[in-house]
Amino acid sequence: MPSEFFATPLFGITLTIVVYALAQMLYRRTGSLFCNPVALSILGIILLLLACRIPYRSYAVGGHYILFLLGPSVVALAVPLYARRREIWARRTPILVGVAAGGLASVVSASGLAWLLGGSHDVVLSLAPKSVTTPIAISIVEKIGGIAPLTAALVVMTGCLGAICGPEFCRLIGLRNRVAIGLAVGTAAHGIGTARMLEVDRLGGAVAGLAIGLNGLLTAFLLPMLFLLFS
Amino acid sequence: MIRGFAVLLGFQFFGELLSRWSGIPIPGNVIGMALLLAALGCGWVKLAWIEEAAELLLSHLALFFVPAGVGVMIYGGLIAREWLPISIATVVSTFVVMAVTGWVASLLDREGGEHAE
Repeated sequence: MPSEFFATPLFGITLTIVVYALAQMLYRRTGSLFCNPVALSILGIILLLLACRIPYRSYAVGGHYILFLLGPSVVALAVPLYARRREIWARRTPILVGVAAGGLASVVSASGLAWLLGGSHDVVLSLAPKSVTTPIAISIVEKIGGIAPLTAALVVMTGCLGAICGPEFCRLIGLRNRVAIGLAVGTAAHGIGTARMLEVDRLGGAVAGLAIGLNGLLTAFLLPMLFLLFS
Repeated sequence: MIRGFAVLLGFQFFGELLSRWSGIPIPGNVIGMALLLAALGCGWVKLAWIEEAAELLLSHLALFFVPAGVGVMIYGGLIAREWLPISIATVVSTFVVMAVTGWVASLLDREGGEHAE
């Protein structure tokens, strides 16, 4: 098969949707958290591309179309926020303080741990904004000087982890407040965590969507200053 | 449905314009979300116009992240070389963030709940 056949939008789009549909079926059938459709689809597509020696470049031609829909989806997060505006506004202080504490904990724990474990300068910097939504994380890392595509990869890995076991972990550590759980998953695992929260609980999902924006803004302002201070 | 997409894309477009124009490091879609929230609040946009389109997108939100995740494969080498700091920092820090955020918010919410309303 000529390799340019795979470099058409049809290939990337079809592969993504078919694999995702299969992953979703498996997730519903087994009910296992480890069959999280996003994580499973990413793993499945990578293995398939590697096995068939199809370069990522070719896949991305179609992949970009799917990725594009992320833009209007972020705008659409205004809808659950607006629908729940009274409950959220009544809790504005816990929400703001919670995200601020979590955002700070994220930067310090991710970069600090990587540094302690002997990670290279590039990896330590690239890990700093890992809980922030992809587009903001990339602009932050370009400012502080890490590797932007590595950050994008770490952001997705973080998101999958939070989506797989975020709500369960929150219940395990004794959290019962729906706003607090949504905020925790959204702050730690941005959009991928929010997608899972929207499945579990609409109020929690709305708050998680808010946390994406708040944590992104906070980290975008805070992180470059923090690095100026230490460098 | 089409009207909904027109509104969502229109707000993303204006957010993108504002982001480029002002040079602030906030992505256009996040600015678009804030603008749409404001427009809903002011009554310039009716919830009914966009509910259907927003519901369609949000119920498949997870799918849209898949291509970004597949991009991990380009950095397989670097990730494999430094797998220990990367995996421990990513995993531990994700749980730390959830615990800190969740505990702080639920602690404050309990206090605020008694005084509010």
